[in-house]
Amino acid sequence: MSGQIPILKVKGLTKKYGEKIVLNGIDLEVEKGKVIAILGPSGCGKSTFLRCLNGLEEVQGGDILLDNESLINKSTKWREVRQRIGMVFQSYDLFPNLTVMENILLSPLKVQKRNRSEVEAQALELLERVGLADRANDYPRQLSGGQKQRIAIVRALCINPEIMLFDEVTASLDPEMVREVLDVIAQLAEQGMTMLIVTHEMNFAKLVADEVIFMDKGNIHEQAPAEQFFTNPQTERAQQFLNILQF
Amino acid sequence: MLNSGISVLFEGVNLERLLLGLLVTLRVALIAVVISIVMGILIGIIRTSKSKLVQILFKLYLELFRIIPILVWLFVIYYVIPANFDLNLSAEVVALIVFSLWGAAEMSDIVRGAIISLPKHQTESSKALGLSVSQMYRYVLIPQATKRCIPPMINLITRMIKTTALLTMIGVVEVIKVGQQIIEVNNLEHPTISFWIYGFVFFLYFVICFPLSRFSRKLERKWAT
Amino acid sequence: MTFDWQYIVDVLPHYKTALWLTLKLATIGIAFAIIVGMICSIIQYFKVKVLSQIVQVYLEVARNTPLLIQLFFLYYGLPKIGITLSGELCGIIGLTFLGGSYMAEAFRAGMEAVTKSQIETGKAIGLSNLQLMRYVIIPQAFSYSVPGFGANCIFLLKETSVFSGIAILELTNTTKNLMGIFYKTNEALLMLVVGYLIILLPLTLFLTWLERRVRHAEFGN
Ligand SMILES: Nc1ncnc2c1ncn2[C@@H]1O[C@H](COP(=O)(O)OP(=O)(O)OP(=O)(O)O)[C@@H](O)[C@H]1O
Ligand SMILES: [Mg+2]
Repeated sequence: MSGQIPILKVKGLTKKYGEKIVLNGIDLEVEKGKVIAILGPSGCGKSTFLRCLNGLEEVQGGDILLDNESLINKSTKWREVRQRIGMVFQSYDLFPNLTVMENILLSPLKVQKRNRSEVEAQALELLERVGLADRANDYPRQLSGGQKQRIAIVRALCINPEIMLFDEVTASLDPEMVREVLDVIAQLAEQGMTMLIVTHEMNFAKLVADEVIFMDKGNIHEQAPAEQFFTNPQTERAQQFLNILQF
Repeated sequence: MLNSGISVLFEGVNLERLLLGLLVTLRVALIAVVISIVMGILIGIIRTSKSKLVQILFKLYLELFRIIPILVWLFVIYYVIPANFDLNLSAEVVALIVFSLWGAAEMSDIVRGAIISLPKHQTESSKALGLSVSQMYRYVLIPQATKRCIPPMINLITRMIKTTALLTMIGVVEVIKVGQQIIEVNNLEHPTISFWIYGFVFFLYFVICFPLSRFSRKLERKWAT
Repeated sequence: MTFDWQYIVDVLPHYKTALWLTLKLATIGIAFAIIVGMICSIIQYFKVKVLSQIVQVYLEVARNTPLLIQLFFLYYGLPKIGITLSGELCGIIGLTFLGGSYMAEAFRAGMEAVTKSQIETGKAIGLSNLQLMRYVIIPQAFSYSVPGFGANCIFLLKETSVFSGIAILELTNTTKNLMGIFYKTNEALLMLVVGYLIILLPLTLFLTWLERRVRHAEFGN
């Protein structure tokens, strides 16, 4: 490929719940600026994979390398890693006891100890970009699902991560709100943000992803450039999966 | 010096007297609990009635016992009745009246809560089966409601037992009063006696209440739906 | 049943003083109880070694013994081993000791109501455990605990009547004393009941209203 050094490398990542193997030796390399869509049937381990990358799950084998530094050892400071790898969940958990602005500023001010006026300026600019600058002082309960999800994305971006993980961020939204959130992610892709996106929106994946990985039963079943995956999937499982969705 | 106090506890009939006092405490608690459960179940069932008047009357009854402290109730019954009516009630009978009325009010709320939280289709399907109202209660509602009632009822019983400490305030000769009598007799000779007697009574209450609340928590967890 | 209304007017100042004392002691005791309760439940939440076992013992002892005996022990028992406390201080300590265990239970339930995903999101934006506590868990748990705290406030306010056992001149004890001096039983007891109604009726109504409001303002996330 382009011969660039990957920013994120995953080698033989294995995750078990008790006896049950959920991730069965995942290998993946992510180059800077690449957008990777992760597809696959429900329960195949997509969420678990992203959660491992962010230290929310303990892993039983394999390695994760961020800029060639292993994250799978006791001395890993996940709090620092999480400032470099941002994550947004399906359940867009804004903190209900804080306003939109307070939600966004919390980590930059308290964790990163950055200068308030600088962070505020950045937060406003990001809010402007997602079209919600006027909602800075609202509480989460005053916002719609789509608005909350856009704020959750801004909150993650304001920490200035190098990589963003999105886990089905539109799955619990009403159809008419899906678009406004996907637009924000598409913008990020244009700006060259490195992203791993779990989604069930095939058209969106086709549009923004450089590469697709198709997971099944804890394995990467197929990995291909997006264009090729959607027009000409190689494995039978992937073909079935696409057929069902296109139905 | 500390030890001289504790030795009094085991001197002569002191320990025996304390335990007999405890029996008085427990006698009041036990009788009141039995009356409360019987009355509470009856009132609880009555309170599921649709009549607004019935609902309001019994709610008022419950709230009276929730808002006014039990000690105040004890005083009111203990002093007001002999002062206004030609009737002399012993302190123990007064305690029984107050504890039974209070217990019944709280028990009724537990029972009512359990009944109205039963799924409605149960009531309907038992009607559809042609069960009479009393059969419906007997075979369908009561067995289900019982499980929901028992843990909070045990909690209430624990609370009632703890509250029996107040009986000493209207002069029932129960464990605390006996303790005070022992203290009075021995106070000069053994100044630390009150530390030990009250400590011992404290311990007695704990030994009775702790297993009960543990048991209720266990049942609660076991029957959690 | 007859009432001597002039007598009631005459003793009104006594009841006013007693009512204020009741309110003062209850407020202080309840405030401390909330603090103690929150600290205990946070210790248990983090399962802090040794401390959480100590807290567990405290909770069981406080919940399974009567306040009156706790007070007798503090007021009559402790001086005999060299610790003398004033009646009012004993009252406050007793109420805090008892109330702390009830408040801990209410706050524990509140903390358990904070969802796992809120906590994970907090972690995902890099918050430390302490920051997570301070900015996410405690504020949310507090709102969830409001109804429980409220019920405990009423319970503890009523428990102040037990202070009459250690010579604090609150409502109940004042009544007892007046009855002993003047034998105006009906009047004194009427004032006693009225006194508690004045405190507890508005509080009960307020808490019912507050609970409904809190439920409506339910965090919409
Ligand atoms: N805490 C847990 N304990 C046991 N098994 C779990 C746990 N969490 C997830 N699993 C299992 O791990 C597997 C992968 O779950 P995961 O949530 O990663 O799937 P997914 O691909 O994200 O599915 P979906 O598309 O439905 O979100 C599933 O079979 C699930 O049942
Ligand atoms: Mg998932």
